[in-house]
Amino acid sequence: MVMHFEYDIEGGDFSKAGNVSSLLKKTLKQLVGNHKIVKRIVVSMYEAEVNVVAHAYSGKVIIDIDTDKISIQVKDKGPGIEDIEQAMQDGYSTASEKVREMGFGAGMGLSNIKNNSDEFELTSKLGEGTELKIVAYLKNL
Amino acid sequence: MRIKEIVDIINGKVVCGKEWVDTEVQKGFASDLMSDVLTLDTDNILLITGLANLQAIRTAEMSDIKCIIFARNKKVSREMIELAAENQMVLIECACSVFKTAGELYKAGIKPVF
Ligand SMILES: Nc1ncnc2c1ncn2[C@@H]1O[C@H](COP(=O)(O)OP(=O)(O)OP(=O)(O)O)[C@@H](O)[C@H]1O
Ligand SMILES: [Mg+2]
Repeated sequence: MVMHFEYDIEGGDFSKAGNVSSLLKKTLKQLVGNHKIVKRIVVSMYEAEVNVVAHAYSGKVIIDIDTDKISIQVKDKGPGIEDIEQAMQDGYSTASEKVREMGFGAGMGLSNIKNNSDEFELTSKLGEGTELKIVAYLKNL
Repeated sequence: MRIKEIVDIINGKVVCGKEWVDTEVQKGFASDLMSDVLTLDTDNILLITGLANLQAIRTAEMSDIKCIIFARNKKVSREMIELAAENQMVLIECACSVFKTAGELYKAGIKPVF
């Protein structure tokens, strides 16, 4: 079982935020059923998707589903993150008023993604964009 | 507790998912912050919120939440109902504040997530 998906995300467009996560959830439910791991992965995907919508201009999601793991890469064009350690702290957020009205901007997303994944890598170039790579292992199913 | 008993207690109005009101819910959580909701790993909970938008429904979808109460007299839009129906959710509108809604349900035996 090896599946590969690629999707584009538009920055600023909250009406579509969650579309990729929703498709991923449907695919995973068919593949692994109602397992807890599905929720962990789709919650991470959703937080990452919302981060692109909330903080960047455009993004690309690459998902690889393997027999033993699921890898997700989210690359965006955007302002980038100046201090990743600071961004990872619970409660730190630069979200705009508009983003807060949407129910986001608690500064919890990145650490929640980290808590829900087995591998987590966040890199960023200021003024260019941000790249997130996460992996969730399926071996414990 | 069955969702339909919950609706009676808070004097709410079911605007989506009438066919699911016999479903049981044991625990509840109240927040307007969706990232807060996304940190929960408890299943089968009820969400009380004052945030009436598509992201509230999306968040519930990702978190496997099947019942949302929109407090403070917030109105649910047609788009929200469409997305919620796809995911077999019950949406309830309620005129009370989040505090009162949560308080009444707590008194009636709905347990907190933590
Ligand atoms: N893709 C991104 N591009 C630029 N900045 C980002 C990106 N993702 C996160 N950040 C920065 O890191 C901060 C923390 O992100 P995090 O997801 O933890 O919280 P948030 O998005 O602000 O709020 P929440 O996720 O709780 O709704 C953001 O406020 C923003 O400054
Ligand atoms: Mg975020």
